[in-house]
Amino acid sequence: MISFVNVSKWYENGTKSVALEDVNLKIESQEFVTLVGKSGAGKSTLVKLMIGEDRPTKGKIMIAGKEVNRLSSSELPELRRKIGVVFQDFRLLPKKDVYENVAFAMEVAGRPDIEIESVVPQVLDMVGLAERAHHFPDQLSGGEKQRVAIARAMINRPMVIVADEPTGNLDPGNTWEIIKLLMKINELGTTVILATHSKDIVNALGKRVISMDQGKVIRDEKNGKYVLS
Amino acid sequence: MATLFARIFRYGWQNFSRGKWLSAATLIVIVLALIVFESLIVFSVITKTSVALLKEKIDISVYFKPTAPEEEILKIKKAIENLPETESVEYVSRDKALATFKEAHKDDPAISQALSELAENPLSALVNIKAKDPSQYAAIAKGLDNADWRPLTQKITYRQNQAIIERLGKAIDIGNRLGLIITILLTLTAIIITFNTVSLAIYSNRDEIGIMRLVGAPASLISGPYMVEGVIYGVIGAAISLAVFWPAIYWGAPYLKYFITDLDLRAYFVAHIFSLVGYQLLFGIALGVISSNFAIQKYLKI
Repeated sequence: MISFVNVSKWYENGTKSVALEDVNLKIESQEFVTLVGKSGAGKSTLVKLMIGEDRPTKGKIMIAGKEVNRLSSSELPELRRKIGVVFQDFRLLPKKDVYENVAFAMEVAGRPDIEIESVVPQVLDMVGLAERAHHFPDQLSGGEKQRVAIARAMINRPMVIVADEPTGNLDPGNTWEIIKLLMKINELGTTVILATHSKDIVNALGKRVISMDQGKVIRDEKNGKYVLS
Repeated sequence: MATLFARIFRYGWQNFSRGKWLSAATLIVIVLALIVFESLIVFSVITKTSVALLKEKIDISVYFKPTAPEEEILKIKKAIENLPETESVEYVSRDKALATFKEAHKDDPAISQALSELAENPLSALVNIKAKDPSQYAAIAKGLDNADWRPLTQKITYRQNQAIIERLGKAIDIGNRLGLIITILLTLTAIIITFNTVSLAIYSNRDEIGIMRLVGAPASLISGPYMVEGVIYGVIGAAISLAVFWPAIYWGAPYLKYFITDLDLRAYFVAHIFSLVGYQLLFGIALGVISSNFAIQKYLKI
């Protein structure tokens, strides 16, 4: 479903700075994959390339049969609606309340109001935020914000959810709440790609682990553990 | 499509109503720009009225000898009317001149007494000539300097007033040019300041725009609400600026009348209220929408 073929990314800013080097990956439908590595290993670059936020310098990225780096600006929104993204810094729309933030993802996908009014409360209920529907992001805790971000990411039933360090700003209690939610989403049939540098999470999950270092994939194990050396 | 438009309008209104101080700051700048725009309209009305008044005061009078036959004077009048520079020619016969003089001095017994003692009308017939443009009086005066007419004419006022007429003509010309330059400069200033303010407002929303893109919002759904916000700024800005400007005009108009007697700004505003509101809305909406459109483009790229 998702494949990276000889993907490299480097930035020229006086000197050449390599972010990714010859990455080859294949992620199948309904998989739960953890991407591990130290800061600067290339995890976030991989995520950025996947959602078309940046383009690779070399190689190609295929998602559901489409080459992401060849999509035009007008074609990218459609791809992004098929990929739910969750970030460490939540990236919620500050002038919209919880309900509106989640509904926004359905609205941009052109879903009718009647469907939105029925689905959004169900998803908010699933992430435990039904009571907070009309609160604005600045009235929520970090864990709540991340649950809104996950609700927004899953509302359109995307084929994949990419979570880039989603627990980086959370306390342990909220961290496990978020991980449980992501596992639940995966059990419901959605592919989940989780980028993290938390050893505890990776080892507890016992899922496929792709380890990265200095822009390269150094290990790819089916039931892996957190190993960086 | 209707749902898309409804969502664009809703987001635009949300951006405006929830933007708080940012919306307020942008609105204030738009209101100021519109007040400048309204001031320019008033400035233009004042300039036009003043110029028209000055033009009204300039003319050339040709006085004819008492012996000049009326049919000859009328021929000359006809010839002057045919000059391309002539706006209008008014003929005042000797009898009419006398009647006007008597009417003007009816309360002065000395003059009335002196006139009644004269055997015949001492006043000359004359024609008052107005040019289409103050700069054309010289050409008209040259046209009057006709050898065939000279034996009939007694006095042509242009020669006495030539310096004043030319100075007034230049003053009017400078007034017009200055008005145009000030209008262009102030309009440009208002547009640039508004554009910068709207750009800053959109710049401060760049993260939100990035989030919308990542969620998969099409360009129309990202930029559309900012256009709607531009329309809202235009409409509310026009309403506020009129609410501020109208009382100022109402209060200031009588004072302006001391300086320019023919100028009635209140009457002008009442007579032109619909077109003024229309221009205000058009200028305000165009300012808001065009500024928003320009400012958002760079954030819509990948």
